Amino acid sequence: MTAPTVALEGVTMQFRGHTALTDVTTSFRAGTITGLLGRNGAGKTTLMQLVTGHRVPTSGSVRVFGEAPFENDAVLARTVFVRESQRYPDHFRVQDAVTAAARLFPDWDADLAADLLTDFDLPRKRPIKKLSRGMTSAVGIVIGLAARAPLTLFDEPYLGLDAVARQLFYDRLLADYAEHPRTIVLSTHLIEEISDLLEHVVLVDRGRVVVDADAETLRSSAVTVSGPSDQVDAATRNYEVLHRQTLAGHSRALVRTVPGVDVLMDGGVTVEPVPLQQLVVAMSRDAGAATPTASELEEMVR
Amino acid sequence: MNEDAGPIFRQVADLIETAVVDGSLPEESQAPSTNELAAFHRINPATAAKGLNQLVADGVLYKRRGVGMFVATGAREQLLKRRRSEFADQYVRPLLAEAGKLGISVRELNAMLTEEGERQ
Repeated sequence: MTAPTVALEGVTMQFRGHTALTDVTTSFRAGTITGLLGRNGAGKTTLMQLVTGHRVPTSGSVRVFGEAPFENDAVLARTVFVRESQRYPDHFRVQDAVTAAARLFPDWDADLAADLLTDFDLPRKRPIKKLSRGMTSAVGIVIGLAARAPLTLFDEPYLGLDAVARQLFYDRLLADYAEHPRTIVLSTHLIEEISDLLEHVVLVDRGRVVVDADAETLRSSAVTVSGPSDQVDAATRNYEVLHRQTLAGHSRALVRTVPGVDVLMDGGVTVEPVPLQQLVVAMSRDAGAATPTASELEEMVR
Repeated sequence: MNEDAGPIFRQVADLIETAVVDGSLPEESQAPSTNELAAFHRINPATAAKGLNQLVADGVLYKRRGVGMFVATGAREQLLKRRRSEFADQYVRPLLAEAGKLGISVRELNAMLTEEGERQ
């Protein structure tokens, strides 16, 4: 097993009286696509800022390629960070941003950049501040992909991008990653759209890491069991039931599975996997002190 | 891929198995590569690789070093045998359960099957 590209250990980040991250320990394995998930304000962006040397942790250690990233040129040359609302100098045209990026990143691929500019219909000579919200996001995506940096981070890079452009981004990301494997961290709200791309999932909730797992393992960590109520009761007796709904003698239960044990489909119950998005919603709520209300859970298992 | 249909690597394996069974992927022909599968199904290449490796472990595919993966001779027969043995579980039992709920007797079901079979 190779050393992880990024390793955080006991990281706490405080801003004047506010704690953004609390005792975070996690790592991003080399050559994998990790989804950094969580609600707004959960601490995803702060975590990425620490990894890319934009901030120094209040306590704990951040290691990228085995070194502290803050003011570390060797590390930062191998890292590209595409932010939600990336700012560019006022006078920059699309071409200027691309030229600047080409100088900055040693692994820059000019052909890929040219292809991507065409794919996203980006006019090279247009000033960036005259571009639409979606096109500005596309500039960030072009730079993030063409940089081919060994550590590539996208922080909700799709603001203003329509469904077609987002699919283009996912397809190009996947194709280039397949040819040139690298460590990719993707923070997003659109979990359903990207869940199949992820190999690993880190879920942050209120500044803490609540899930740090292989995507496949996470998907199989809960199932929905439905059927006639008495039979659902019988089938789920030995499992932790996260939620249960009954209507007209028919029940549906969301249960936590036991690794290596299949929930039996005995006696007319149906066992179905739970989509990643639903699991993440369930776990974001489950993690806090407050137990989810009945209506929240109904929302969750729908 | 379909999020409601089990592990994605298993779905990838199932699709290749189906292609072998229906003959669109003949024995000794080259199976799609990890990257082709990843791009086509829009999934992580590691997941696609896991599906392919499952098929290698099952003896459906074999690796030719530096070339790729190929359908093993006898794979179709092996898969047909397995799918036939699963047929009762996957199709006949659910059919009987639904018929039972509706009060359709096995005799009536037999008649329906014969009638539908003749129509095809």
